[in-house]
Parts: sequence; structure tokens; C-alpha cells
Amino acid sequence: MDIILVGLSHNTAPVEVREKLSFSGQMLSDGIKRLRGYENISECLILSTCNRVEIYAIVDQSEIGIARIKDFLHSYQTTLPLESISQHLYIHKNEAAVKHLFRVAASLDSMVVGEPQILGQVKDAFDTALLNKTTGVILNKLFKKAISVAKRVRTETRIAENAVSISYAAVELAKKIFSSLRDKRGMLVGAGEMGELAANYLVSSGIQEIVVSTRNYDRALNLAQTYNGRAVRFENFLEEMGRSDVVICSTGAPDYVIRSEHMQDIIHKRKNRPIFLIDISVPRNIDPAINKIDNVFLYDIDDMHAVVEANRRTRKEEADKGEQIIVEEVETFSKWFKSLEVVPAIVALREKVEDIRRKELERVTDKLRTLSPEEIAAVEGLTNTIISKILHGPLVALKSEANSSNGLLYVETIKKIFNLEVKVSDEEGEE
Amino acid sequence: MVNIFFFKAALGAYFLGMASFLYFLISRKERPPRLSFALTGLGFLIHTVALIVRTAEATYIPITSLHEAMSFFSWALVLAFLLIEYRYRIYILGSFVLPVTFISLISSATLPMEIKMLDPQLQSAWLGVHTILAIMGAAAFSMAFLAGVMYLLQEWFLKSKRFNNLYFKLPALDMLDNLNYRAISFGFPLLTLGIITGSIWAEFAWGTYWNWDPKQTWSLIIWLFYAAMLHGRITVGWRGRKAAWLAIIGFAGVVFTFAGVNLLLQGRHAFL
Repeated sequence: MDIILVGLSHNTAPVEVREKLSFSGQMLSDGIKRLRGYENISECLILSTCNRVEIYAIVDQSEIGIARIKDFLHSYQTTLPLESISQHLYIHKNEAAVKHLFRVAASLDSMVVGEPQILGQVKDAFDTALLNKTTGVILNKLFKKAISVAKRVRTETRIAENAVSISYAAVELAKKIFSSLRDKRGMLVGAGEMGELAANYLVSSGIQEIVVSTRNYDRALNLAQTYNGRAVRFENFLEEMGRSDVVICSTGAPDYVIRSEHMQDIIHKRKNRPIFLIDISVPRNIDPAINKIDNVFLYDIDDMHAVVEANRRTRKEEADKGEQIIVEEVETFSKWFKSLEVVPAIVALREKVEDIRRKELERVTDKLRTLSPEEIAAVEGLTNTIISKILHGPLVALKSEANSSNGLLYVETIKKIFNLEVKVSDEEGEE
Repeated sequence: MVNIFFFKAALGAYFLGMASFLYFLISRKERPPRLSFALTGLGFLIHTVALIVRTAEATYIPITSLHEAMSFFSWALVLAFLLIEYRYRIYILGSFVLPVTFISLISSATLPMEIKMLDPQLQSAWLGVHTILAIMGAAAFSMAFLAGVMYLLQEWFLKSKRFNNLYFKLPALDMLDNLNYRAISFGFPLLTLGIITGSIWAEFAWGTYWNWDPKQTWSLIIWLFYAAMLHGRITVGWRGRKAAWLAIIGFAGVVFTFAGVNLLLQGRHAFL
């Protein structure tokens, strides 16, 4: 039984690949239920954000499990051949997988180290899995632990302080195009969570005005109010772009909403005043070819990553502290996880009973002194037979259930009943 | 020839200033490069002394040979740089200005440095005014050229998403574009006045305001070029990348008018 992780993220796959593999809403629920139905996979969970798609699973045999998960990913989009997906995937087992999840939840693997959204996304993924009952003892424990580790990293280090996700990077970048934002206008197209955050940050950096345009006009009005800005009907947003200097685009549209020919027009109307476009939607909403137009600076989510990397230098130290916490926590969790293994439980059970037999025999050694060697051998044999017969049932049950999803329950039960020494320090695992 | 001593001392200080600014360019530090500024400032002071001493020795404004013209050009460029720094604090600008200053000054050091006695026919206050204005205009256009180069670099970093050392040190694009624009709007009237005072002086020296001498023709060409460039910016928005390229092309014209004409074409302006 292994914990495995198969995934891809901004570190390994370009946005073109990530956008094809992202799961959301009903698709996510259906996906995990289908995956859970695969033989060999006893627990599973999908974490899908705009920067990563990761599948966590508990499998009986890791090779088969990994192959199954790859097939599963491939079945969700057929435009890319399996090999080309594989080259972007990373695969971790047990301790490495645990460590990876802890790092992800603690935002140490994020584009912007310390950004707070990822923890919420991990919680959401976990909730979806719970709702669809695709996780069990191990993943439940693992994710609860991941969430508490993330909180620990956040309170014990200062990484969260200087990192306010992509938004920070976006503002830094804007300041390399415009020397001051005070006389500039911002525009938010679509109302993704990340877009709203970025707009917030622009406002606090002193941008003159924020204009909001979303498909749902009431929503735009609401948002505009929070920024003290204006709302514009979605049909008119291209027109409004002519007057905006920084545009954040995060609509849920499956295709480009801003194309090259639109931009040519807009930049002409602007008399070539520069415009900074940030496309944080996955799939992308702005045609990448737009970046070729003079005085237009387009950044998609991957480009933001590069900016973040460049800004990272100062954050490294706090991140190192975070990594230290991760190492400690992975060790604790691994101890627990290893203790779950069926084989050690069987060994412990045998040792425990054998120990009782031996101690009881020693206790009566004096009384048995009168017996002949053959009789002593017979007593030995008798006691051995008794414990074998007693243990036979439980051991067969343990072995046969070991590969099922209930295996762990059996292990836990046996350990409790026999008060086994395979002591698991379970306490700090609880929140 | 005391002025030559000061001139060489200034050259040495600028060399150290350039080295220090180039180190700033490649280093990871982002703090203000104080030493670089101190050396440049020192160079500028010594250079100023050299020019004053030379003026005293010559008894007229000594901008009548290519050596003198280039020396004064370097001085004007550093002056412009120090003024810009005072206002905008674009530290990295020094890493671009100082090499140009140094190259211009070391080239001028290879030319004959002695003070030639000026032909009485040419002696007129208009000459001094004309050369000072024309060369200060050239320094302003050089600044626009450097702003253009820096703009294109930063634009390239931003478009190709390369975030290296230099990216962090270069200022915002609109600031570089603005510097380009300001430098040209400052240089253009200087060039205009330079051409006007030059024709007035030509009337004194040659008896005609305008005689289509190659230097005059080329000055007119670059004047028209910069006039068109300013017009284009104001009316149709020739800014950013286009303005940067135009500043670079304009600068090539300035260099040619300044030195190339003398070396390649025959004309009455031959002394400078």
C-alpha cells in the first residue's frame, strides 16, 4: 500500500498543457468518483488550481496505480498524446508525496511563495473528496495534517507577509512600465478570485480608478463599489480598454475574448500609449500574439511566474524556515503512515502473543521441573499450537483485507484489541 | 599648457567613474552607487577647471578644433547627466553616459591638443555662442539616444520576460520615453539657435547667411528630422519604441554632422 502523487504544475508544464487538464465543478466530482472506482485505487483526491493539477491516491501497487492515473488523465483530453503529458508529470511516492503536499499547502511550491489562496484551494479539494466519499483513513489524515502544517508554517514564519500572490508581482511589473500608477486607470475583466485580489492590490498601490466589467452586470456593480470604481457592461469592455492602462483579465471564457485585431484598434486609439495586460485565466482569454504589438505588454499566468521567481530573492530566507517545518512534519506523518502497514502489525501481533507464551512458560518452569524432556517438548508444542490456532483467524483476515480499502480499519482494530506496541504517536496529527 | 594637465586628470577621474558605473551595471547591488557619482563629480569639477584655464590661456572661447569640440561635448553631456540625476535618480544612466563620455574624451585626447591661434577673419562673439549652443544641443540629443537605447533594452526585457539584474536597475519604460522626449525638446531649440547664430556668424565671416556648405546642409537635415519627430509625437503618438529608434537614428545624423562631414566631405566649415 502506497501513497502516490501524480501531477503537473507551473514548475513542469506550460499553461497550454495545464489549461487542458484542469478539473472544476461537476467534472471534478465525476473525475474523482470514476478514479475511485478503479481497482487498486482505494482512496483518491484531485487538487486542481490554475497552477497545478495533482492526483493523490492510495494504491495497492504503485506501478499499476500510476499507470491507471496516467490513463485517467489522458482520457480527459485526447488532443495530447500520452507521452507528451507524461513528460510534464511528476510522480512521488509515500514520504516524497507527503512532503510535496505539505509544501504545496504551505504555499512553498506556489508561484508566489507564501500566497494565501492555495490553502483554501487545498481545503476545497479535500471537501469535494469528502463529499464524494473518495478518501479514507489515510488521505483524510494526510489532508487534515497538510492543512495544520500550512497553518503552522504561516504562523511561525513571515513568508505570508511579503507575498500577496500574483497581485504583488503584477504591481511590481506595472511599475516597470509606468513610473507612477497615480494617474493610471485599471480595469478588471471577469471576476475570478485572483483577478479581484490583483485589482485590490492595484487600488492599494494608488491607481487612480478601477473599472469592472463582468458578464453579470450586477456583480460588476458590486465589485466596482468595493473599489470605489465604475462598472461597465460586458458588451462595452473593449471600448473601455482604450482608456485603461492596466487590464487584468480573468473571465471563465473557454476561448480568447481579446484578439489581435481588437488590440490593434485599441492601441491606435490610445495613440500608442503603453498598455499592460495580465491574463490570469486558465484557459487563456487573451490571444498571446498580442504581445507582438508595439506598446502592448501581455503577461499570462506563466509569465507572472517568471516575475515572481525574480522577486523571490528576498523571500528565500523565510521560505527556508518553512522548509524546515515541512521536514519535521513529514517525519511525523511518515512514522504514522508506516505504522499503518499490515505486515508490521502482523509481526507485532505474533511477537506479542509469543512473548506471553514464553513468559507464562517461564513462570511455571519450577512446577514443570519434574517433567521429562519429551513432556516438556509436548508442552511447548501444545502452547505453540494454541496460539497458532488463536492467531489463525485474525491473521488470515488481516492478510486478506490488507489490500482492500478496509485494511487499515482491521489493522487499527487489531492494534487496539491486542494493545500492540507498534506505537503510533497519533496525537499531534489531530487538529 | 596647464589646461592639458587638468584635461588628463579629468580623463583619469572619468575613467575610474566609468569603471565604477560598469561594475554597478553588472553587480547585484541596487543601492545608489555613491563612489561612481563621487568619481564622476570629481571628473566634472577637474574638467570644468581645465576648460576655464584653457579659455584663460586662449583669451577666447576655445571651441575651434575637433579636440576642443569633443572635450566640450563630454563636459556638456556629464553636466546634463548630473542634472538629470538630481531630478530623476536614474542611477543606471551613469553606466551608459560615462562610457560615451570617456570614449569621446579619449578620442579627443588623440587629436592635436595645442591651442591654435584663430584667424582674425573668424574672431567674433557669435562663433563662441554658435559652438556652445550647437554642442549642447548635440549633448541633449546624445542623452535622447541613450534613453532610447535603455528603452529598447527594457522593452525587450519586458516583452521577452527576462528579469535579470539590468531589468531591476532600469527605470520604468515611460520614464525612459519621457527622458527621450525631454532631451529632444531641450536639444531642439538649442540646435535651432545654433543654426541661427551660425548663419549670423557666417554673414560676418563669409558675407552670406547660408551657402549650402555640407555642415549647414546636414544641420538642416537633422533639424528637420527632429522637428518631424517632435511633431509626430504630439500629433500621432510616435512614442515608446518608435521614438526610441528615431532618437537613435537622429543621433547617428548628429554624429555624422558633428564629425563625419569634416572627415568625408569638403567644405568651408573645415576647421571644425
